[in-house]
Amino acid sequence: MTDTLQHELNLTLPSDREISMTRVFNTPASVLFDVWTKPEHVRKWYGVRQTTVTVCDIDLRVGGAWRWVVTRNGMEVAFSGVFREIDPPRRLQRTEVFEAMPGAESLVTLTFDEKDGQTTLTLNMFFQSKQDRDGALKSGMELGIKECFQKIDDLVATL
Amino acid sequence: MPRLADPLSLTLAALADPTRRAIVEKLATGEATVNTLAQPLQMSLPGVSKHLKVLQRAGLVVQGRDKQRRPCRLNAQRIQDVAKWAERFKRNWEESFQRLDAYLSEITEKEKQK
Repeated sequence: MTDTLQHELNLTLPSDREISMTRVFNTPASVLFDVWTKPEHVRKWYGVRQTTVTVCDIDLRVGGAWRWVVTRNGMEVAFSGVFREIDPPRRLQRTEVFEAMPGAESLVTLTFDEKDGQTTLTLNMFFQSKQDRDGALKSGMELGIKECFQKIDDLVATL
Repeated sequence: MPRLADPLSLTLAALADPTRRAIVEKLATGEATVNTLAQPLQMSLPGVSKHLKVLQRAGLVVQGRDKQRRPCRLNAQRIQDVAKWAERFKRNWEESFQRLDAYLSEITEKEKQK
């Protein structure tokens, strides 16, 4: 089955301390669960364009640690945490911290709902404060700013 | 028109200085007084104020009217707008998920061929 339609990513902010996303994938829940929990799979898809997953450690057991690092132009972005709940192929819960903002830990719950061969992924991030939640949202923007600074540095160096 | 008068040039010129970038990065985490900005930079208050003036002229920073503290904050509307942050955050994940779509069809094809 080939579905050429792009499934839409739906992002909501259900409360001051949450970010919630849902997205449909053309695959059974068991496969989607695997691509989130096996390093050889995660390395193939995680991260934005022009990034490479340079570290992908997953110790898939309750209390086990995970750490994913993506690199773009030498700049590293690292996320890590601990698994809290593992219930394949329906549910996965882990803590997550963006290492550039230590202390702003979130609890991430992934649920995989399969229907007619398609699976809806719900990714809920629950933060300890609104400030942490906004910080996480803002981080994508800040990375952009930092890259921009780097470009300015390079530009200034040539002047 | 005088050189550096357009907003983009003013912004770039203001950000070309590492101390001012440090100030902007600090303010990205929330508003701060001149005192709290000066401490980690190990600079005198007049020194920091001078840099703040450049950032203010570029429209990047505004200073509050509270006479006691006069807190500084980032003025970049797009940086402060949660909706825009969310949009960017969403775009990052969309890119990942598009890669995941492509990868899923790849491994599904491989399964079929087995």
